[in-house]
Amino acid sequence: MASSNSLMDSLFQRSLEDLIKGLRLGESTFISRSLEEIRREIKLTDLSTKSVALQKLSYLAALHGVDMTWAAFHAVEVVSSSRFAHKRIGYHAIAQSFSDQTPVMLLITNQLRKDLNSSNEHEVSLALECLARIGTDDLARDLTSEVFTLLGSSKALVRKKAIGVVLRVFDKYPDAVKVCFKRLVENLESSDPQLLSAVVGVFCELTAKDPRSYLPLAPEFYKILVDSRNNWVLIKVLKIFAKLASIEPRLAKKVADPVCEHMRKQNVGKSLLFECIRTVFSSLSNQEVALKLAVVKIREFLMDDDPNLKYLGLHALSIVAPKHLWAVLENKEAVVKAMSDEDPNVKLEALHLLMAMVNEDNVTEISRILMNYALKSDPLFCNEIIGSILVACSRDSYEIIVDFDWYVSLLGEMARVPHCQRGKEIEHQLIDIGTRVKDAKLELVRVSRALLIDPALLGNQFLHPILSAAAWASGEYVEFSKSPYEIAEALLQPRTCLLPDSIRAIYIYSAFKVLVFSLGAYFSSQEPTSSPLAQESTSSGPSMVNGFTYNSISSLVNMIELGLCSLSGTIDVEVQERAKNVLGFIGMIKHEIAEKATSQNSETEAHRAIAFMEDVFSEELGPVSSTAQEKVPLPEGLDLNENLEGLQEICREVLEPMAESDYSSDKVSFSVAKLRIRDQEEASSSLPPPLESSSLLAEHRKRHGLYYLSSQKSDDHNDRDGNDNNTSNEYPPANEISVDSFKPKKKISKPRPVVVKLDEGDEPKRKPDASSSNDESLSRAIQTALMGKGKGKEKEKEKERVKENHEMNVDTENIEQSSRREKKNKKNGERSGKRSSRRQRGKEASVTKPVEVPDLLL
Amino acid sequence: QIHFVLLVSRQGKVRLTKWYSPYTQKERSKVIRELSGVILNRGPKLCNFVEWRGYKVVYKRYASLYFCMCIDAEDNELEVLEIIHHYVEILDRYFGSVCELDLIFNFHKAYYILDELLIAGEIQESSKKTVARIISAQDQMVEAAKEEAGSISYIIAQAS
Repeated sequence: MASSNSLMDSLFQRSLEDLIKGLRLGESTFISRSLEEIRREIKLTDLSTKSVALQKLSYLAALHGVDMTWAAFHAVEVVSSSRFAHKRIGYHAIAQSFSDQTPVMLLITNQLRKDLNSSNEHEVSLALECLARIGTDDLARDLTSEVFTLLGSSKALVRKKAIGVVLRVFDKYPDAVKVCFKRLVENLESSDPQLLSAVVGVFCELTAKDPRSYLPLAPEFYKILVDSRNNWVLIKVLKIFAKLASIEPRLAKKVADPVCEHMRKQNVGKSLLFECIRTVFSSLSNQEVALKLAVVKIREFLMDDDPNLKYLGLHALSIVAPKHLWAVLENKEAVVKAMSDEDPNVKLEALHLLMAMVNEDNVTEISRILMNYALKSDPLFCNEIIGSILVACSRDSYEIIVDFDWYVSLLGEMARVPHCQRGKEIEHQLIDIGTRVKDAKLELVRVSRALLIDPALLGNQFLHPILSAAAWASGEYVEFSKSPYEIAEALLQPRTCLLPDSIRAIYIYSAFKVLVFSLGAYFSSQEPTSSPLAQESTSSGPSMVNGFTYNSISSLVNMIELGLCSLSGTIDVEVQERAKNVLGFIGMIKHEIAEKATSQNSETEAHRAIAFMEDVFSEELGPVSSTAQEKVPLPEGLDLNENLEGLQEICREVLEPMAESDYSSDKVSFSVAKLRIRDQEEASSSLPPPLESSSLLAEHRKRHGLYYLSSQKSDDHNDRDGNDNNTSNEYPPANEISVDSFKPKKKISKPRPVVVKLDEGDEPKRKPDASSSNDESLSRAIQTALMGKGKGKEKEKEKERVKENHEMNVDTENIEQSSRREKKNKKNGERSGKRSSRRQRGKEASVTKPVEVPDLLL
Repeated sequence: QIHFVLLVSRQGKVRLTKWYSPYTQKERSKVIRELSGVILNRGPKLCNFVEWRGYKVVYKRYASLYFCMCIDAEDNELEVLEIIHHYVEILDRYFGSVCELDLIFNFHKAYYILDELLIAGEIQESSKKTVARIISAQDQMVEAAKEEAGSISYIIAQAS
């Protein structure tokens, strides 16, 4: 029989204690075994057994992460017991495991209601506690009236909890405001400090979300601020005022005095003191007296040995730093001392404060100090320091840097710090400075050379991004380097095999650029007109390259060829392709070099090729504004949204002409061939008749002119020659430069170099965060509630009270009527299951009277 | 607002968890693991606040247990330290020189006490006496019910 089974089981059921003891001995298998038992036990009808099983399950769920959502229905059963012990266990389980998705949530409503109306205050408190945790929209709506009643309960315990619950209810069901708000506000005037702290706590949370709606209540809060002696209450009130004062500056003036009073007290609690200071710093910072007092108090915090206070002191200082830097500067020694504190939090705060103090004059000094710290610290903090230096210096396009040579060498130094892991950022800045600051290129090349030559750095994978930037810079600005041979040698040293392939490709390409530059210099030095220059430059020129002799150039070419030969068979396609490109190029011009020594003919193919390559590399890369694309004007007749089916036609045709053309060298890769086309178009005026390829392009343009952007100079697509200069002019210039010229300071000898800045800024525009609007209904409700009161407040207090009472009476009347109706229906109705609740909701949709509490139990 | 309360032993065993914001079971385990790692690794003389995922976690070590509470960035850390201390004092008064073992075997009682102290993530009762009174009243109710249940007549009544 069922009952005898339960008897046996209850005699032998493992209690919670047994479970715990068992767990302490052996773990996971015990858990699964116990789970089995629990599943069995919980399905039995006997409530005691059920409740013990549920208790065990809650324990497992809380501490061992076992899922207990499957027991939701059983929890509801346990809660329906009349015994307090069971109820407690049941509610505890519910509060722990129920969520918005729990399917049996609907069953709870009536149980909660019953318990909320119970005469036993503990049952009520259990129910309230549970509601606070799991309250959903439906629950909040259905139980609003109960909460309202309880807000006026005579028992403090219940009232307190009801107040706490209000927060959740308001959040889920804003209409509850109309009902409960007045009672809530009344509790502000209570004399019981416990009650007060609960109410104030609720208001604190509410104001945090939406300060404006609670502004009318400021006078009440002010009274509490002045009168109360309870620290908890005062802290919360201060928080409220912090939010209110930030939107209502006149409040700040009024509140400053009481806040100072509190701060001056002899044995004020540290937490209260800290809150006062924080309030002053964040919202009352334009109140002189309060601010000065707060700064004095902060000093005490910083001097204290307790690491908590030190940390909080620094933290508070960082709040006030943006507006009142003098406060930070006064405490400079304390901040610097904190940098060597053993607590990482303290160190971090000190670092942030130091960075806040940084400006043009002291950036070198502070960076020097910080780099020293970085070398001594653990990796984490070291990278923090480096990171914050990088951020501070690059803000607003390097606004605080005056001496870029120093900064570039600092970046190079950072690469040598053993723990440095900020490779990406440093790489980005090196390249960025290279493109923006013309005058820094010399130093940049010098630093890059130092980095490239050092074989030890190649082994450190964190530095690879930096090395790639160094390689790129060396190649791009090779004209500034003293010894291209050294650079090429460094770029091709055997240890570069340690680099990842993508960076290796960059190295090879930079070597190519060096080669082209050197060849160009060599060939141009052979010109009869420039030979005196060549002889001069061999002996002088601090930063310009020396002329190349036959020996030096041939050794350079040979070295590069040797270095790249081994790479022409690597697996990586990019590396292989680039290596082959360079080798092919070398192969093409090699024999010419020897000839150069003898002949003066400047029109050889090699010479032309080199000239072309130099042109290719001569285009200066600059920063591009992020809005540049949008600024490209749409030409007439071009509809970007039109379906491009017509392109099908073209694509078919494109394949055919390619087959026809007679590209001579199959060996030369496609990219070089394309370059030829372009170069030849550019130079078409000086060259013999252009090859077929350019005419093909023109024909193509004729046929499919719709898809080409119109050139600026002429719309006549037939004019080939006229277009030769326009290939690069078809688009408006990509660099929108607004040159920022800086007035040189008196102290500094060298004027600050020009940093290219762009109009609209360089960061991609971030999308504005979607603002949360679910608080709107709540604020509206609160405002309407307060408006009704607000008008009363302007009159005298007595009239106000009378009016309030009247309103309250009206409301209570309504409530009483509806509750009477509810009670009637309760007697008639059965225990509501899912069906009736659905009916409730359906009915409720039609009830729209705003003031009356909606009928819920029909 | 307090988002959750966590009690962890020195060896990393969880003794109590209470969540005031919605977290799924998986998230809870993850949070517990992360936070235990961070807090248990901190030295003894360091400050009691940790920044974690944009929130602040205030923790205090009592004997072999770490009491942790997670709060928003704007909340007052010293206040939360006092709340933790408050809780520990109440536990001490209730169990009489509480030790970790008490909390292990009476974890549900620790929960009930916490529920009297905090509601919806806010402190509701700052008087220790009141909390003690309430809990003992509740205990009395349980005791009375237990006695009733333990009586033979009741068992017989149930069985039939």
